[in-house]
Amino acid sequence: MSELLLEVKDLVVNYGSIQAIKGINFSVNKGEIVSILGANGAGKTTTLRTISGLLKAKSGQILYNGTDLTKVPAHKIVRLGVAQSPEGRQVFGTLTVEENIRLGAFTKKHADKDTLEWIYELFPRLLERRKQLAGTLSGGEQQMLAISRALMAQPQLLLLDEPSLGIAPILVKMIFQAVKKISGHGVTVLLVEQNAKAALKLADRGYVLDVGHVNIEGNAKDLLNDPKVQEAYLGKKD
Amino acid sequence: MDIFLQQVVNGLTIGSIYALVALGYTMVYGVMKLINFAHGDMVALSAYIGLVLYTQLAGLGFIPQPLTVVLVFLITALVIAIFGVLLERIAYRPLRTAPRLSAVVSALGASMMIQNGIMLVWGPNILIFPADILPAISWNVAGVTITFIQAAMIIITILLMISLTLFINYTKMGTAIRASAINQDAAKLMGINVNLVIMIIFVIGSILGAVGGLFIGMYYRGITFNLGWVYGLNAFIAAILGGIGNIPGSMIGGYLLGLFTALIAGYVSSAWAEAFTFILLILILIVRPTGILGERVAEKV
Repeated sequence: MSELLLEVKDLVVNYGSIQAIKGINFSVNKGEIVSILGANGAGKTTTLRTISGLLKAKSGQILYNGTDLTKVPAHKIVRLGVAQSPEGRQVFGTLTVEENIRLGAFTKKHADKDTLEWIYELFPRLLERRKQLAGTLSGGEQQMLAISRALMAQPQLLLLDEPSLGIAPILVKMIFQAVKKISGHGVTVLLVEQNAKAALKLADRGYVLDVGHVNIEGNAKDLLNDPKVQEAYLGKKD
Repeated sequence: MDIFLQQVVNGLTIGSIYALVALGYTMVYGVMKLINFAHGDMVALSAYIGLVLYTQLAGLGFIPQPLTVVLVFLITALVIAIFGVLLERIAYRPLRTAPRLSAVVSALGASMMIQNGIMLVWGPNILIFPADILPAISWNVAGVTITFIQAAMIIITILLMISLTLFINYTKMGTAIRASAINQDAAKLMGINVNLVIMIIFVIGSILGAVGGLFIGMYYRGITFNLGWVYGLNAFIAAILGGIGNIPGSMIGGYLLGLFTALIAGYVSSAWAEAFTFILLILILIVRPTGILGERVAEKV
């Protein structure tokens, strides 16, 4: 059994007056790609935002390397090695691509040269467009930028929120390949996706979230073949 | 032609004050989407603190005059920066997640408190800055008179604006400030301490405002407890003119408004300058509500 990196225990999160997460449990081991699936409003984004400290947990724990992240402010969580590429990319549109990337390394004294080279190798398009304003990039390119920006923090755990959302299919494929390469580089990945098929093909393990509860969990391969998952998320019927 | 050039010089002088004060409004608005109505009153407070400091320091008798003036600027800026940070802590931070209107009401309340505080301490009457703070030199260039204080105000303001531009555009913290203005959550995900960014914004805005307040005192000499409203309102209009939230916009807006009021005063009547300023404001709001430089780049979603 490999080493535990992130353990979410009985996490409850309120979003306004609504209980968005109703006590979920899941874990991520070092080196894994774990995918959280679920429909719109299942609480996937809320989970990631809570891990990054943007939302406060009502109760429960998020143990990362033994530290409870629910008690750490957002900007310090990045320093602990958890970076996120947020839902809808959220690149800084009026800053250049290069400025966005350098901001990713805000917690570092200097932007790491090797990481920078690696990112431009993963996404050569960003190198071509590095002087351009990020807001002028296409959706897929912005997603590449959001992931690159997160990688500049040299995270141990990378949180990806819907990297395939609203992106041309050809770029989706490219981004999923890049995620695989990132994982091969030793970064643990927690991937939230609606595109269940693509996510499960990539992931080691998966959890299916349904209105604030973990419904189904298991190995990615088993989930791909699970009739319940197939019916609900893969559009297959017997 | 002489009147024109003379009014341009006067306009640049007033414009310097507007630009300095407008930057405080615009930077806070940029990051917090809040109109800090108390900013004008901080400017007034700086004039009073500056006057007290000058009287005390000059009264000591052994500090050379130029050093006294420099000390007055430095200490006033420091004191106002501390007040600015306190203002944010007390009046705005507790309301960070509250509806925006609450923060606006809090801003108005803070403004009245500072204004009345000044009146309580220094009284409701006009206080006069001594005439001999700066040397009474003036130059005559092609029929246009430029006084020492006018030249000093314009040069110092331009130097401050260049430094601010360099800081915002080329330093790590400057980039973090721009990022926080675009998207605070995303900035936090970069590991940026947004509370610290907001504190820095208030420090910078207050320092620039303090310099503006001292300029007002030294140039116009008469100061009253409500001068923050008068100059604050004009600077606020300057910020809107340039595009509120946009730093170069405020600089341009400040100087344009300065030139505008000076030319109205020169060719129409100084009594009408204020009315024309508001007509200008209404026209901007109709024709180009985002200001000259506001919202230049469309963001793709």
